[in-house]
Amino acid sequence: METEVKLTKLASCAGCGAKVGAGTLARLLEGFQTHSDPRLMVGYDKSDDACVYVLDKNTALVQTTDFFPPIVDDPFLFGQIAAANALSDIYAMGGEPKLALNLLCLSPGMGQDVVQEILRGGYAKAYEAGAIIAGGHTIQGAEPIYGLAVTGFVHPDHVLTNAAAQPGDVLILTKPLGVGILTTAAKADLVEQPLLDRLYRQMAELNKAARDVMVQYPVHSCTDVTGFALLGHSYEMAQGSGCSIRIDSSRVPFHPEAYEMAEMGFIPAGAYRNRAFAGAGVSTASGVARAVEDICYDPQTSGGLLLALPESAAEACLAELKRAAPQAAVIGRAVERLEYAVYLD
Amino acid sequence: MEKLDARGLSCPEPVIMIRKAMMAKAARYEMIVDNIASKENVTRYAQHQGYAVSAAERDGEYTLTMTK
Repeated sequence: METEVKLTKLASCAGCGAKVGAGTLARLLEGFQTHSDPRLMVGYDKSDDACVYVLDKNTALVQTTDFFPPIVDDPFLFGQIAAANALSDIYAMGGEPKLALNLLCLSPGMGQDVVQEILRGGYAKAYEAGAIIAGGHTIQGAEPIYGLAVTGFVHPDHVLTNAAAQPGDVLILTKPLGVGILTTAAKADLVEQPLLDRLYRQMAELNKAARDVMVQYPVHSCTDVTGFALLGHSYEMAQGSGCSIRIDSSRVPFHPEAYEMAEMGFIPAGAYRNRAFAGAGVSTASGVARAVEDICYDPQTSGGLLLALPESAAEACLAELKRAAPQAAVIGRAVERLEYAVYLD
Repeated sequence: MEKLDARGLSCPEPVIMIRKAMMAKAARYEMIVDNIASKENVTRYAQHQGYAVSAAERDGEYTLTMTK
């Protein structure tokens, strides 16, 4: 069969680890002139997950795109993970995805069956999300790439940006961390197959159920934890919200196997980019193990939602979230602005 | 002393390279890398294996000396 080709071997970096660092991105966009539009609620100037455009008083359009090189060798699974990751940005805005387009780059060595499996995985995942893939665009290039451009809808009064956390809010994270470190260690054959299977299932898991719970609670702010890692995305939330975020490292959910792999240096380059970007705004307490800090800088592919909501609603929301995402946990809170944007305690 | 050249390699390849080399349990290794992630990761691995690591930088390249 043509599927003998190992997809991950065709790529130089994997999944959200391929994302250009936030610091580099900010430099690239420096001085870029944009125009305002009264209907554009969330646009270029915000470092948010998706843009939001108001259609009428009950409806706003949410649009996003995301794509990356293979993080797994199974093409169907790669399609599922890439689609779940792209769809997640709609959920992070509180919206529901409805329409999507494929973005595909074919590299030499990819046969028809591989391409069909990738597209089938993406299609199945989008369909599970309640969205339909209606077309796309395919080019040739040096490395395989797949992802989606996704359109969804949200009520304009219920848009959840990553810049609206309020002091006193409790922070909940819905998926455990460590995916980047463990998939890096897997390249050295140091990760057992059952754990890899769990990681793949986690990455392919939609944030839909978590979103459906979240919108029933008075959540102030939300983002998804992907390439910029927990600390990078927390940094953006704190900066955008004008508050500080305190993370209790002992409560952050992560795959325990990631700890030793971090100690052994199986840390993706993206984690160092994240540290370079957010590090100056993060104060790490002296008692926090270096490996735990690494895990908090680890880029996640198709990671969970990070939401901020009032303490009075947090317990009930967490209990309900746990039914959809068993490892969801309270990881800290937003506080009045302090010297640093983020404290890892 | 074994000298290893990991320039041009991206993570986790330099770590895999040092891991293989250290299976021989030599007292001293030297490795040259050309990016900060490789420098940090190889340092972690060597320390995890009980080696003391010193690094010297020159023109964006790092020479790591690992001794036990």
